[in-house]
Amino acid sequence: MLVSVYRYNPETDDAPYMQDIHIDIPGGKDIMVLDLLQLLKDKDPSLGYRRSCREGVCGSDGMNMNGTNGLACITPLSAVVEKDKLVLRPLPGLPVIRDLVVDMTQFYKQYEKIKPYLINDTPAPAIERLQSPEDRAELDGLYECILCACCSTACPSFWWNPDKFVGPSGLLQAYRFLADSRDTATRERLAELDDPFSVFRCHGIMNCVNVCPKGLNPTKAIGKIRNMLLSQAT
Amino acid sequence: MVTSITSFGRSGLYDWMIQRVTALVLVAYTVFMVCYLAFGDVPTYEQWKGLFEGTAMRIFTLLALLSMAAHAWIGLWSVSTDYIKPTGARFVFQSVCGLLTFIYVVWGIQILWGI
Repeated sequence: MLVSVYRYNPETDDAPYMQDIHIDIPGGKDIMVLDLLQLLKDKDPSLGYRRSCREGVCGSDGMNMNGTNGLACITPLSAVVEKDKLVLRPLPGLPVIRDLVVDMTQFYKQYEKIKPYLINDTPAPAIERLQSPEDRAELDGLYECILCACCSTACPSFWWNPDKFVGPSGLLQAYRFLADSRDTATRERLAELDDPFSVFRCHGIMNCVNVCPKGLNPTKAIGKIRNMLLSQAT
Repeated sequence: MVTSITSFGRSGLYDWMIQRVTALVLVAYTVFMVCYLAFGDVPTYEQWKGLFEGTAMRIFTLLALLSMAAHAWIGLWSVSTDYIKPTGARFVFQSVCGLLTFIYVVWGIQILWGI
């Protein structure tokens, strides 16, 4: 099969280019894209990409495979290869450090902005703060986010305003803390989000839902934030 | 919190709500006009003039006109902040949009009450 890989080494290349590599898959098996990358790296050790857990938990190997963002380690070739060709590019919209490795600073800045930790101004109890099973269930579909950035880098609103729009990933996390029964900073959190960019730059394109490797739904979470803003407004 | 001084209401929620309310007004006006033109005979000049001389129709049309102005401003402001990154060029674009919107509103009122 033919693999076309985005290559860029700022120390030696003037501009990024696509490198075409023909490769035979041993035994014709349906391997994961990450395994394919290892085969490519055996051929050309200068190829750079991030990987760690190789099982869709760490979120390191988010990349664009034939036009769709996803995690290379849990994406089988059969799911992305078309006409025996695979085009691998770094996540769109973020600066490239090298080859498939992107600079995630902007993405983490947005995550930091939403204060991704419990805030509770009541005195700490002797034991942990308890939660009813129903309250705990509110966090399902939110806490599973692994911050791989597949969603935010698939979002046109995030491409145009990565410094102002929090992005689907950050907003999913924002709602995770807004929905937490143990958090007491709901009002302050909402006040931080009520501007024309942070939440409202979401136009419901839903690329985020389409690409999330964990099957989460940031658009739904954004809708819930909007409803919270509406219901506390007068 | 991102501060913005050129948006319609400065609050994202406010802009979002205005955008939806004005959209409903525009839908109502469009449905009315389409029904009026599609289900009746082709109006004569007198009938057409008569329609717009009524106070209710003037109120409805002015509401639709103002709704379109607010709706267009919020939408174009949003487009300009997405695609026009140099501040000077964006300010010029927004100024032209604002001026045109204002002209259309005044002109529209003049036409509406000039019948």
